[in-house]
Amino acid sequence: MKRITAKQEHCMGCGLCEVYCTTQHSKSKDIVKAYNREKPRPISRVRLEMNKPISFAIQCRHCEDAPCAQACLTGAMQKDKETGLVTHNKDKCMGCWTCVMVCPYGAIKIDKEGHVIAKCDQCTELETPSCVANCPNGALEIKEVKA
Amino acid sequence: MSKYVIIGACAAGIGAVEAIREVDPTGEITVISEEQCSHYSRPMISDFVSGKADLAKMKTRDDQFWQKNSVNLLCSKKAVSLNLEGHEVVLGDGSKVSYEKLLLATGGKPFVPKTEGQEKEGLYTFTNIADAERLADKISSGNAKNAVVIGAGLIGISVTEALLKRGVKVTMVELQDKILSLLLDAKASDIMEAVVRKAGVNIATGQSVQKIVGKPGNDGVVGGVVLTKGDQIPCDMVIAAIGVIPRTELVVGTTVKINRGIVVDNQMQTNVPDVYASGDVAETYDFVLNQNRTLPLWPLAVLEGKIAGYNMAGKKTDYAGGTNMSSLKYFGVPIVSIGMANPKPDPTLEIIVKEDKAKGVYKKLVLKDGVIVGMTFLGDIERAGILFYLMKNKVNVKEFKAALLADDFGLAALPMSLRKTMSLEE
Repeated sequence: MKRITAKQEHCMGCGLCEVYCTTQHSKSKDIVKAYNREKPRPISRVRLEMNKPISFAIQCRHCEDAPCAQACLTGAMQKDKETGLVTHNKDKCMGCWTCVMVCPYGAIKIDKEGHVIAKCDQCTELETPSCVANCPNGALEIKEVKA
Repeated sequence: MSKYVIIGACAAGIGAVEAIREVDPTGEITVISEEQCSHYSRPMISDFVSGKADLAKMKTRDDQFWQKNSVNLLCSKKAVSLNLEGHEVVLGDGSKVSYEKLLLATGGKPFVPKTEGQEKEGLYTFTNIADAERLADKISSGNAKNAVVIGAGLIGISVTEALLKRGVKVTMVELQDKILSLLLDAKASDIMEAVVRKAGVNIATGQSVQKIVGKPGNDGVVGGVVLTKGDQIPCDMVIAAIGVIPRTELVVGTTVKINRGIVVDNQMQTNVPDVYASGDVAETYDFVLNQNRTLPLWPLAVLEGKIAGYNMAGKKTDYAGGTNMSSLKYFGVPIVSIGMANPKPDPTLEIIVKEDKAKGVYKKLVLKDGVIVGMTFLGDIERAGILFYLMKNKVNVKEFKAALLADDFGLAALPMSLRKTMSLEE
């Protein structure tokens, strides 16, 4: 399976990963529209962690044991055995926040307007996830890891 | 002869099936469920009553789950007795299912306190889909304008919110002095109580329902309740939402050891060979209290079922334990509360609290010897899972505890050595 990882020493803390993630998960796929016009406002599934001088980006790690999927009360969160990805089905999500409680990385976001959670899907529709492709300093990479 | 027999098709039963199939792809599995519809999410029944979810949305696994896992599913069948020596389960219709390994995942049943007038029509429980359907039908009939909910814990608050959404006026009656007292301290409970009251709910704490009275002219139907202090509250229905007690009746009188729930070891095995128990019916390990006890929570039941499944299939696996842990979504206030969030006064415990009234945020950590043993996050919960990780792994947080409740707390606030352990860069 693939995992996105951050190289702390390369991260400048610019936050463009969040901007591009938000845009990629918007309806319009347009930065200005995504930030100013879309309602509900799309949510970035990557989070820039900052404690100066330390900064790095974190998003769902698609964990092998996937505590979120195991704890999910509705079956909305599932570990896909074939791709290794942890998938989230918004239509099944009831916004109980159990996955939020058990995610060791605090990588699951709350979509307050939609009363559901939002998390990294590795932009499977793209060749390279948007955060990785648009990091100006190569601080994010996606690589094959042992499942 | 079925290699594996599982009684109960809810959280623990599903967890067990998945674990068994990871280890043993072909061994015959039989699952016995007294319910008509299996594998729906019980925590979702409040969304069913409020109209937010239908049965299709409530399915926790896809429709082919049982077929895909080659499970022989016996629905609407009740296991009525066990012949442990003969390795047999006896069903209500007299038929027998024999097993090599048996899992008791019979769950919990709603606790209804003995109350005068409880036989009247209009008393509901709130545990399974049948309960929820009855309640939803009653509301749809238009003959349910006012409800009394007994119990202001997790179940009480969930059913109250659902009733409110359906336009029913609710009075919550809670024996303890505070609502959500098993999860929250006084401060957090007060915040929540104010929110619930503001939504239009009446709350009577420190009281119980002494008597259920009938409607004038129709005594067989619920017309109101009388509380311990004498207050009379007219209502069309009463919902007992106190909690569940382990459904141990199947093993009562057998050699299976029962305390409050069925006693199991860390591999979910009972004292009887080849017999396992998991979920609400079992007493499982609480890693905070360092003792076994009943912890009737869905995510723990799934995990316990998994552990049982692995061990039944021959893969020795120990349970790391759970604890009292809940996330709440009700009345627009997200809450995560875990472990000893509301401990009795104890000089060996260190308590750190942070409140931001303007933002509606309250955070609390309880530490013992530098290790988190309890926590409550209210209003801002997105990073609570990191703290739960530290708690579960008994990480000493003494050196960086000040950062843990900061608004901008995150992984970057953790020491580098710890971030390495979490293998953030791998």
